[in-house]
Amino acid sequence: MQAAGGFFSWEWVVNHLDDIWDRTVQHLLLTAIAVGVGVVISLALSIIALRFRWTYAPITWFTGILYTIPSLALFAFLVPVTGLSVLTAEIGLVSYTLLILIRNMVAGIDGVPPATVESARGMGYTGRGLFFAVELPLALPVIIAGVRIASVTTIGLVTITALIGQGGLGFFILRGLNLFYSPIGTTQIIVGTVVSVALAVAVDLALVGVERLATPWSTRRAAA
Amino acid sequence: MVDEEGGGMIEFFGEVAAWFGDSANWFGTSGILNRLREHIQITAAATAVSTIMAIPPAVWLAHRRIGGTLVVAVVNIGRAIPSFAIVVLFLPISIRLGLGIGFWPTFLALLFLAIPPMFTNAYTGVAGVDPDLVEASRGMGMTDREVLLKVETPMASPVILAAVRVAAVQVVATATLGALVGWGGLGRFIVDGFAVRDSVVVFAGALLVASLAIVTEVALGAVERRVVPSTLRSRSEHVESIVA
Repeated sequence: MQAAGGFFSWEWVVNHLDDIWDRTVQHLLLTAIAVGVGVVISLALSIIALRFRWTYAPITWFTGILYTIPSLALFAFLVPVTGLSVLTAEIGLVSYTLLILIRNMVAGIDGVPPATVESARGMGYTGRGLFFAVELPLALPVIIAGVRIASVTTIGLVTITALIGQGGLGFFILRGLNLFYSPIGTTQIIVGTVVSVALAVAVDLALVGVERLATPWSTRRAAA
Repeated sequence: MVDEEGGGMIEFFGEVAAWFGDSANWFGTSGILNRLREHIQITAAATAVSTIMAIPPAVWLAHRRIGGTLVVAVVNIGRAIPSFAIVVLFLPISIRLGLGIGFWPTFLALLFLAIPPMFTNAYTGVAGVDPDLVEASRGMGMTDREVLLKVETPMASPVILAAVRVAAVQVVATATLGALVGWGGLGRFIVDGFAVRDSVVVFAGALLVASLAIVTEVALGAVERRVVPSTLRSRSEHVESIVA
């Protein structure tokens, strides 16, 4: 029935592979939506912060406060308003990505060499064209570094949303908590934890791959 | 309550205010004051023990330049480990160790989560001290011990203090989850509120937890500014923090 020590049951894992797969997909989906929406909002706020410098301090101040609020408290704030829903989970998860993403976006754009911007202007690039065709691509490595941190952080936080009826793999951790005295319980806690960490590592590596593909010039330079 | 769908936000906030106004919610074992005391107690204990266990080895290893790659790996893996999972995982562990539920699983989980980022931040701080400065100190005839205690440690002190602040804020956040494994603390209001579907208590608990986290951040930030000389201040900006 159970493995030595009564701490982990392989049998439970084998019998619940479908379940584990479904929760993993749900976990990825919750993460992808949060990071996707986070990137869009952060990009908008970063453009504002770059255009009007004085807004950078209040933007980081506000997103910094969001970042400081413990996740359980943030979800608890939202439940009376948006209920035990996916929306509640996503609002909370998006909130935590903002500070990380905005900081890296602004630092990335600021890090583009002035000489490059100057020569782009000389070639006739202005305004939006300059931003999207020159500055943004050159800032990509720093921006993607932010996306990596935001994604890994979000994958961890998704587990807590089990307490508000979502959770992805956190579902197993919560159910394991209620059965902690039995091997079925500890098995679920371990499965939830291990698969969630593995997911974070896999997504992080995938994003490294995306960075390589999106910035071919940096690999070429490294190879030269 | 959750069932008052059309009740309106104003009425809801009125109920929250009334909850805070009721002295019965402040005193006694399950009152705000006792829960706050429990929360601060475990946070202070976990932060203090983590500091003692993480900072001296980090400073020493960074001084000797040992384990740099390990440090980077620990930061990355640390971020990937969900704090919720660790708190829950330490429940059966604590029981098997004969330490029971409540304080110990929470405390051990807090140490497990606070030590790695504290270690890596302090390590990075010391390793980041200007090599010319270290070279100059040796040139002046300082012993190895003097370089460590009189140059590297003071120069890295802003980063080390920032590492302690970041860890303390994370510990406040994670201690909230202790309510899931039988510990008290302010998380009790949120977890118990969820259990009986009383959103007034849930919201009030969230307000208390969020306030404590922000007060901790601001208060320790103020301590840092008083202690750290202005010339070293900019060095504390690059400290890794983790949401819990």
